[in-house]
Amino acid sequence: MDFLASLADYAFLRNALFGGLLASAACGLMGPYVVVRRIGYLAGGIAHSVLGGMGLAYFLGGSPIWGALAAALAAAMIIGWVSLRASEQEDTLIGAVWAVGMAAGIMFISRTPGYNADLMSYLFGSILLIPDRDLWLLASLVVLMGLVVTLFYRQFLAIAFDPEFARIRGVRVELMYLLLLCLVALTVVVLVQVVGLILVIALLTLPAALAARFVRSLFAMMVIATMLGVIFTISGLAVSFQRDLPAGATIILIAGSAYFIVSLAGPLTRRIGSR
Amino acid sequence: MNPAIHIANLTFRYATPPVLDHVDLEVREGEFLGLVGPNGGGKSTLLKIVLGLLKPESGTVEVLGKPPRIGRESIGYVPQFATFRRDFPISVEDTVLLGRLGKGGAIGPFGRRDREIARQAMREARISDLHGRPIETLSGGQLQRTLVARALACEPQILLLDEPTANIDQRGEMDIFDLFESLNQRLTIVLVSHDIAFISKYVHRVACLNQTLICHQTENINGEIISELYGEPMRIIHHNHG
Repeated sequence: MDFLASLADYAFLRNALFGGLLASAACGLMGPYVVVRRIGYLAGGIAHSVLGGMGLAYFLGGSPIWGALAAALAAAMIIGWVSLRASEQEDTLIGAVWAVGMAAGIMFISRTPGYNADLMSYLFGSILLIPDRDLWLLASLVVLMGLVVTLFYRQFLAIAFDPEFARIRGVRVELMYLLLLCLVALTVVVLVQVVGLILVIALLTLPAALAARFVRSLFAMMVIATMLGVIFTISGLAVSFQRDLPAGATIILIAGSAYFIVSLAGPLTRRIGSR
Repeated sequence: MNPAIHIANLTFRYATPPVLDHVDLEVREGEFLGLVGPNGGGKSTLLKIVLGLLKPESGTVEVLGKPPRIGRESIGYVPQFATFRRDFPISVEDTVLLGRLGKGGAIGPFGRRDREIARQAMREARISDLHGRPIETLSGGQLQRTLVARALACEPQILLLDEPTANIDQRGEMDIFDLFESLNQRLTIVLVSHDIAFISKYVHRVACLNQTLICHQTENINGEIISELYGEPMRIIHHNHG
């Protein structure tokens, strides 16, 4: 079945497309910070802890997305706070938040009466099942993130590049770092809807890491990473729809292939060029 | 009139033995002061206290008559290289623009006036032709000038330079000292260095720091003072730069 033609017919497909575009904007905005600050592991911890929140919301009969939001923000604050106070424990703590969040999530889901089909979609995404009201929430999250990133562009750049200098120039480095982590948490929530929590890190880092190979400024990285995100999610969606494959996994495999091809092609073209 | 930097009876320790022990230092406005001493003698610690990054155990520190956390707004700080990653995706111009933090507007991207001041700072540091270059492609001397330009973009009254020539060849070292000399016509400069012989040609006064502080006019520096400072006899090397 043709993807473009089906878009006109099926509302769920349009929702999926819109969700993919929102995810692209989110990973384009925050991915560059995650890559240049090298906090991919931290983002992974936040992503996995989200299962705890989703499980609790599910157990209580609420909407999982709100549980995801609360858990992501809580994990970001806990990890951020400890990494500022006792950075030598950051690694251990991220691992703990990561695993405890998942364990709590699985516990809640197993205690919820009824059919537990949602677990796989939390883990690997369910872009084809995004309801309208979640879409509106995701859209407002992305708008909020864009606003905060624009407002604090210079502070975020300063703390990512040279925190000591930023502090001397009167930037409240700790506060800005925690704010940045909260934005990463919001990004994670948006991405979890599209590719699931296990695959979040790939979508968060691969477009930005690819962008870093072509441009040398944070702002340009955001623009390129967003465009790459759009390409990956839409082509992934189209391929998965036409071939009847899982959407989240298809998106990640396309992004991963692009990353590996560019990584391998880089040194190769340089070698040929230098001959 | 307030001195540029006023330090009285300052003591600081990380653990038991004090790193700085009852240090007194007064940097006059317009002065070019060299701060020398052995590694671990407390030079960087003293800078961090003046910049308000560390709190002293006891004693007074004032920058232009104000506490460091307020007075540091008027300090242009040039760090050693190590404080950031060289492969960070940022251009020379954007690096210099970060010197505008805490000046003018506080939110959003930098404005036109900030860009003008950054451009002026780049002209003064003679790196205008490098403005679009990613910092990872710069030589040691070019990067150092970028950091000087970033400090100048703060519109400072005092320049604090921490080992500014650690990664520069000798030719570049002389060039950058000529730049400092001309900046000294309008700015107070405190320069941290381990190379007492070289800087004594440029600075007005040398403060020797090894837990405690001993100040000297440059013409009085001799082997006896240096051995007192470093704890063992050292040879003074005479530089003959043109």
